Amino acid sequence: MTSKSSEKSSRDAAASAPSSPSVPSSLDEETIITAAGERHETTEEALESPDTTDDLPEDVVLRVNHVSKVFRLPTERASGLKQAFINWTRGIKGYREQQVLRDISFDVHRGDFFGIVGRNGSGKSTLLKLISGIYVPESGQIMRRGKLVPFIELGVGFNPELTGRENVYLNGALLGFSRTEIDAMYDDIVQFAELEDFMDQKLKNYSSGMQVRLAFSVAIKAQGDILVLDEVLAVGDEAFQRKCNNFFASIKKDPTKTVILVTHDMGAVKKYCNRAILIKDGRIVESGNKDDVADRYSLENLEPLSTPAPAPAPAPAEGEGAGEGSGEAEASGDAAAAAAAQPAPEQYPLGLNARVPLLRVNAVSSPVVSSDDEFTFDVEYRFDEKTPFFLTFALQDMTRGGTTYEPGMLPMTRTGHQKVSFTLPMRAFTSTDFKIVASLSEPDPENPEETQRIAFTNNENSLMFTVRNDGEKTHDGLIKQTWFDLHQHYEDMDAESEPGTDAESGATDAA
Amino acid sequence: MNNSVTEPNRDAAGAASAAAAAPKPAKPVETGKSNYSLVVLKELVKTDFKMRYQGSLLGVAWTVLKPLMLFVVMYFVFVRFLKFTDGTPHFAMVLLLGIVLWNFFAEATNMGMQSIVSRGDLMRKVHFPNYIIVIAATLNSMISLAINLGVVIVFSIINGVHFTWRVALVPVGILELYAITVGVALMLATFNVYYRDIQHLWEVFLQALFYAMPIIYPLSMAVNVSPRFAELILLNPVAQTIQDIRYWLIAPETTPTTWNYIHDPWVAAIPLLLVAAVLALGIYVFNRNSRKFAEIM
Repeated sequence: MTSKSSEKSSRDAAASAPSSPSVPSSLDEETIITAAGERHETTEEALESPDTTDDLPEDVVLRVNHVSKVFRLPTERASGLKQAFINWTRGIKGYREQQVLRDISFDVHRGDFFGIVGRNGSGKSTLLKLISGIYVPESGQIMRRGKLVPFIELGVGFNPELTGRENVYLNGALLGFSRTEIDAMYDDIVQFAELEDFMDQKLKNYSSGMQVRLAFSVAIKAQGDILVLDEVLAVGDEAFQRKCNNFFASIKKDPTKTVILVTHDMGAVKKYCNRAILIKDGRIVESGNKDDVADRYSLENLEPLSTPAPAPAPAPAEGEGAGEGSGEAEASGDAAAAAAAQPAPEQYPLGLNARVPLLRVNAVSSPVVSSDDEFTFDVEYRFDEKTPFFLTFALQDMTRGGTTYEPGMLPMTRTGHQKVSFTLPMRAFTSTDFKIVASLSEPDPENPEETQRIAFTNNENSLMFTVRNDGEKTHDGLIKQTWFDLHQHYEDMDAESEPGTDAESGATDAA
Repeated sequence: MNNSVTEPNRDAAGAASAAAAAPKPAKPVETGKSNYSLVVLKELVKTDFKMRYQGSLLGVAWTVLKPLMLFVVMYFVFVRFLKFTDGTPHFAMVLLLGIVLWNFFAEATNMGMQSIVSRGDLMRKVHFPNYIIVIAATLNSMISLAINLGVVIVFSIINGVHFTWRVALVPVGILELYAITVGVALMLATFNVYYRDIQHLWEVFLQALFYAMPIIYPLSMAVNVSPRFAELILLNPVAQTIQDIRYWLIAPETTPTTWNYIHDPWVAAIPLLLVAAVLALGIYVFNRNSRKFAEIM
């Protein structure tokens, strides 16, 4: 069936729409974790219970359904019998309850690269542990299909006294693989970890980097269906990280493997994930489009940690904005206060706020151009404060990923409702899809070298356009072959006497 | 391109779309699961065994050496110096067997108690049925017990013990001893997760239990105090098992057991009921709490 590849690209839009296929379930494991703590590992048991996976669409491999989690935190040390007895006689509970997750619901489809982001302490790791079956939810249920391989707290649970080889086998067994299965993937694991010479050493003699590398290799090379990764992108040295990046890029294309990734690296979210959720104070506050989630997360990080949801602020600039200069006093207030006073996100679309109620990229040229054309667009904004501020935009290559062009911080001089237009020549590029995102920034009062973002365009306010040259075959590279003068030069290593006799062959002319 | 891919035939998945839609393979899942527990158990037992004498020169030899050395000490104190005997010509063997069996119980309950807490790190990272941890810990003591019983048998042959057909019953006794050990270990392991105090309490309790059983002293000394007292001692299921195994393996003529000493069959059944009760309670308590272990530790 062809739906997968097309679905993959359009998944952003159709986050919830299940693709229709009536493909048989080919999975060997179904797990339901309910609040009551009963686990049904077998299909048979699951069918007996009322919570079956029958209503689960075929391509959903993980459904988190109204899950909440409460932790009991001891208020005084009650880890001894005596204290427990004293507390009991006095009628003290000895703990206070902390709601870590509230009513979390989402689906992960087969083949998804699913991001979970949020600030420290927002409940991401708890959610991962619930998904992995390490914790049990207080209410709600988690339904899962297929073999899940977790990589949590930087490890899969190694024993320092065992050798690398023994640890791999022990861990493989714990993850649910038989000895023959582990035999089959052992070489792969060792090779990926680049630890061939160390496998018979005890793990305690490994450097911490080597340990994490081995653990990570076990997790990703194990033939699981769902891979759960917690904060791993900083693992290993540069070479190993590059390897991991390649692995992520390849697993992203594999429609049978599902990855759930928790990270603080928004670059990784934008690069790998096709969907994401943002968790704040135990709730999902943004769900679906990965770019919006990543941007919203960056915005969240401007707020001081653990502020109780800011009281509906007397929207600073909006009223005074019309009356010209009087807004200045508020605006020049200290940045933290300004950031904290951001209104509830429901009032404005993502990325906008009372200070910048409007920011949008509009096409002036036709949205489909050829390489011979120039592309003209404008950025429309409304900003009424008399502080210095900057506009920037980025040209993102949607086909190959990455930012192609970014002009830097452009100082803006006009406030109010304005339109600024820009023209970019396209002649350097082969056929591709571009997206233009824009943002407004102001100088960071704490660090004059830096700026901080006050508004950005979400998916809707950004602009997509296409460069298409008729008859051109698709290129791996964005820049046209003919754009540079390519110099080719032979050096005959056999002829010792006269190196480099073969003259330069000049610029090659393709096509 | 294909949504559903079976492990064995990845490429054929597209074709598989039609018929086999609904019926999910129930049975294979069953076997897969029990296999999983077995594989994990095997790996954990292996690990525990390797870890056990980690960093020691003599390694596994300690499994045999330690009870033998303890035996030598007790032999000189109780047999040579205090002249304890139960009338068996091989009292030294009876003493050794008792020590070996007791060592198993003490060690297995201790290791079982510690097992969950000491594997907390693992349980916070991977989910797997955690009763396996306790079983693995106690099975390791079982391995030691098997080695030790081999030593006892070799010594008994050297000492000229006459074995009877009853030797065949010894595995039954071992099984009973293992059942009560696992029941106790499950309870202790659960309790230990919440309050580590249990470790100290259990140490004292083990000491008391040791002296409350006719291991180093013959039961006749208890009978001298009061026959009722001797009966009470034999109602302890651990004492009952140890005496049974001694009776079956070495000295059927002279070993007093619950069965030949207590004549009321209803009273004599108490130790068996206790074993069943302790095992059931252990499983119940452990199952009730085990899902929360990862959070509490």
